[in-house]
Amino acid sequence: MNARDAILAAVRAARPDASALPEVSSAVRAWQASPGEAYIRFVSAARTAGARVVECDRAQLTSVVAEAVPSAGRTVSLVRDVRGTLSPPEVPHDYAKVDAFICEGAFGVAENGAVWLPASRLGCRAGAFLAQHLVIVLNRREIVEHLHAAYARLDWSSEEFGIFIAGPSKTADIEQAMVIGAHGPAALTIVLTDGAVASA
Amino acid sequence: MSTGAHRGVSRSPLTLPVMDDGRVDHAAGAARFTADDARTDWHNESLWQVRQKRDVAAALVPEWEELRTLASGIKEHTLSHLDEYLTQFEAAASRNGATVHWARDAAEHNAIVHEILNGAGATRVVKSKSMLTEECGLNPFLASRGIHVIDTDLGERIVQLRGESPSHIVMPAIHLKREDVGDTFHEHLGTPAGEADPTRLTAAARQHLRSHFLGAHAAITGVNLAVAETGGFVVVTNEGNADLGMSLAPVHIACCGIEKLIPRVEHLAVFLRLLARSATGQAMSVYTSHVRAPRKGQALHIVLVDNGRSAQLGRGDFWRSLKCIRCAACLNTCPVYRRSGGHSYGSTVAGPIGAVLTPGIDLRRYATLPFASTLCGSCAAVCPVQVDLDAQLLKWRAVVVQAGLAAPAKQAAAVMGAATLRSRSLYAALGWAARVVLRLVPGEWRRLEPGEGRELPTLPRRTFRQWYRTHRGQRKP
Repeated sequence: MNARDAILAAVRAARPDASALPEVSSAVRAWQASPGEAYIRFVSAARTAGARVVECDRAQLTSVVAEAVPSAGRTVSLVRDVRGTLSPPEVPHDYAKVDAFICEGAFGVAENGAVWLPASRLGCRAGAFLAQHLVIVLNRREIVEHLHAAYARLDWSSEEFGIFIAGPSKTADIEQAMVIGAHGPAALTIVLTDGAVASA
Repeated sequence: MSTGAHRGVSRSPLTLPVMDDGRVDHAAGAARFTADDARTDWHNESLWQVRQKRDVAAALVPEWEELRTLASGIKEHTLSHLDEYLTQFEAAASRNGATVHWARDAAEHNAIVHEILNGAGATRVVKSKSMLTEECGLNPFLASRGIHVIDTDLGERIVQLRGESPSHIVMPAIHLKREDVGDTFHEHLGTPAGEADPTRLTAAARQHLRSHFLGAHAAITGVNLAVAETGGFVVVTNEGNADLGMSLAPVHIACCGIEKLIPRVEHLAVFLRLLARSATGQAMSVYTSHVRAPRKGQALHIVLVDNGRSAQLGRGDFWRSLKCIRCAACLNTCPVYRRSGGHSYGSTVAGPIGAVLTPGIDLRRYATLPFASTLCGSCAAVCPVQVDLDAQLLKWRAVVVQAGLAAPAKQAAAVMGAATLRSRSLYAALGWAARVVLRLVPGEWRRLEPGEGRELPTLPRRTFRQWYRTHRGQRKP
């Protein structure tokens, strides 16, 4: 018997008595916030996670992003209306030389300050992890209350990859001391704006 | 308990408390750890702080208990249909373009990973945290075949440079002080002697590891949750090391224990709401990556590993331990773990969950682990998937004693205790003897083991039975 069949046979023989799959009941997704409440909670949770959160009108987007990354010499933007100094690299490794990567989030999650970034908005994935500074532009109306609402909304089956990002890269592996900037971006700025944001 | 020196355990801080006959002696390892009072207190307090952060995070979620019950129910359902969900996962993952491999044990797992790397000509490999690959001994296996694996989680890199194993499943270097890390980095990464600032040490590790990420031929990751309906899986980190590995390397190998499956995408919400809060007190880890298909030009391999899990599934008293999502809340709260350190367990997974998982792998070797507990039940109270850890620890003790594998004093006490409790007259006689004899013994000798352990309390002159007869004997209760 090959390993696959042997494992499946062993598992089948060992199965405990069948139990039913419980419903993800309404009790665990009881919190239904007004858009205003969810927005305030999101901003607070994102800041707790270490993100810098700025708000602006759509018309100010370019200047607000520029202010957010003042010393960034080499920038790549996937957001329309925000111009980077470099065109998006084809090879993921080239993002190692990028100071700031600017992309658009699909939606934010109020309970934990995370933003959902599907692969289709990330280019070749690596920018969000290799650049020194990550800037996520997010439509301020696109906030869901909690992860239950998030998974009801996102469509993973149409994306090869997707990620929730909550804050900048960090570690507490040396004596529990919190250090921002472990391997990934040492800073995360979330720019909340109104009106439709579209990827370039 | 006798000390390590009496039992022939090496005193080097770098070795595990394994005796000459291959058995782990938890008490000896704990004695070695607690020999340094100040460090023991510091370790205890560090972990208690993490436990407190977990409490705050959990309290902020009003439906916390409903979530725990739901998570437990989803896992129990999945485990009771695991063969079906495994084949569903395999089919979906294959459709997505991943290659699915099956490994019965650690040796098959290591051979599969080696063959994939060999086939891709990969000799430089970055790995993010995976307790499964630790369990399988992957790093030394590959190193002896000329493949260099760099652990990229900062804590894991620290212990790797020191030639140690992780002492905690979420915080691998929790047993080390900043000065220890400073010395290690001075030796291996060339940081200035005496540099012990966590920020500067982390910056040095960042520089060092970036070159490895950029030069890696392959990335190995673990899997936190695998979703049967999509054939995708979720990997969680705070540092971003798993993402750097898998978004750069042309080959991604994900090593996944078969118990990591859940049925549907919507169930991710339940487990991810519990995981980070239970582990570190964060509402969410920084990076929660959802991998469904390989990047263009990348090869994605998923290795499904049994290595004793199907055997554990067949143990009526212990299969629920497979619900574990490796948050380590039970370690952080355990009064024994906090004061004995992870290395005292001599196993890949330490703490209460390690003590219920590991005896199933090798009962003789790990026979002391179920005794590394006060049975206070704090572990079960914080477990986000409601594993009945304290009950399982007690049941493992019975298995160990029935197999004759307990330490001689424990073995004798258990056998004599059982005989005494079975006989009313023997119980009464021994109770009388204890009350008389122990009153005659001077305080410092009135201990379970002479010269060590707690002093026994002064015994009352009368039994409860006698007291009851005097005070309540006339009345019907």
